[in-house]
Amino acid sequence: MTRLVAFARFWYEFVVGDDWRVAVGVGAAIGLTALLTSAGVAVWWLMPLAVVATLFGSLWRAAGGA
Amino acid sequence: MTPDVFLFLSAFLASAVEMVEALTIVLAVGVTRGWRSALLGVGAALLGLAALVGLLGPSISTVPINTLRVVVGALLLVFGLQWLRKAILRASGYKALHDEEAAFAREREDARRAGSEVRAGVDWYSFTVSFKGVFLEGLEVAFIVITFGAARTHGVALAAAAAGVALIVVVAAGLVVHAPLSRVPENALKFAVGLLLTTFGTFWATEGAGAHWPGDDAALPAILGFLALSSFAAVRALRGRRAALAGARA
Repeated sequence: MTRLVAFARFWYEFVVGDDWRVAVGVGAAIGLTALLTSAGVAVWWLMPLAVVATLFGSLWRAAGGA
Repeated sequence: MTPDVFLFLSAFLASAVEMVEALTIVLAVGVTRGWRSALLGVGAALLGLAALVGLLGPSISTVPINTLRVVVGALLLVFGLQWLRKAILRASGYKALHDEEAAFAREREDARRAGSEVRAGVDWYSFTVSFKGVFLEGLEVAFIVITFGAARTHGVALAAAAAGVALIVVVAAGLVVHAPLSRVPENALKFAVGLLLTTFGTFWATEGAGAHWPGDDAALPAILGFLALSSFAAVRALRGRRAALAGARA
């Protein structure tokens, strides 16, 4: 069991890393892009903006916030 | 710059950075405890990584392209943003720069203090430390090679070739210098790799989600430029904030 937990933890840290909110932000941006695209809206611009917003949020938290 | 050149460059830089770190570990162990077991560990790790790419690379390309692009895009984004975030924090002084000289000294001290356990004629410490160092650093490279390969025709071959060239360059530099490659601008390289991975991730995740880029592949340099400008602005803002906080404390 301990090895299984260690294995899962290794992959979590390897893929997700220090800030899980980045992964959540990326997932939300992809979901929103898919949703708006299926509704016929051209949203190629959404992902770059969402990526930068997610990055800035993560940096702000890492730098100690307000 | 074509997408293939972008892809090659990304895989080459990512591989080179990881290999510089792996080289430091192997050099420290080899110089302190002898080369035979350390090199056996390196060989075993490289075989493991090659097997991983060989197994996962072809099988992953049987998945439908849009599903694959959204998964690969998401993974590259999460992965690339990790690199970029750390590089920005290092460039703005919020995180210490990686010091290969210090890492080398630390590894050498650990290697000197470790006990001697010989199994089947192999110094177990040298073998396992070298294996772990090369395998764990190389895992990121394998991951990049597989994801690039999954989203683009001939991607695995191209990315694997880039990793191979990086291996030759870093090993040759290591043989010449015979010391950790401390002059390599690691943070600048990590910054570049973070930008490139995030660019590809943004491009493929958007396409996988069903949206289309104006100009198709020609959008890649524009995404890269936008992310680079945003990242440099972040470095500038964080440096300013750090200086303001230091000024307020003084």
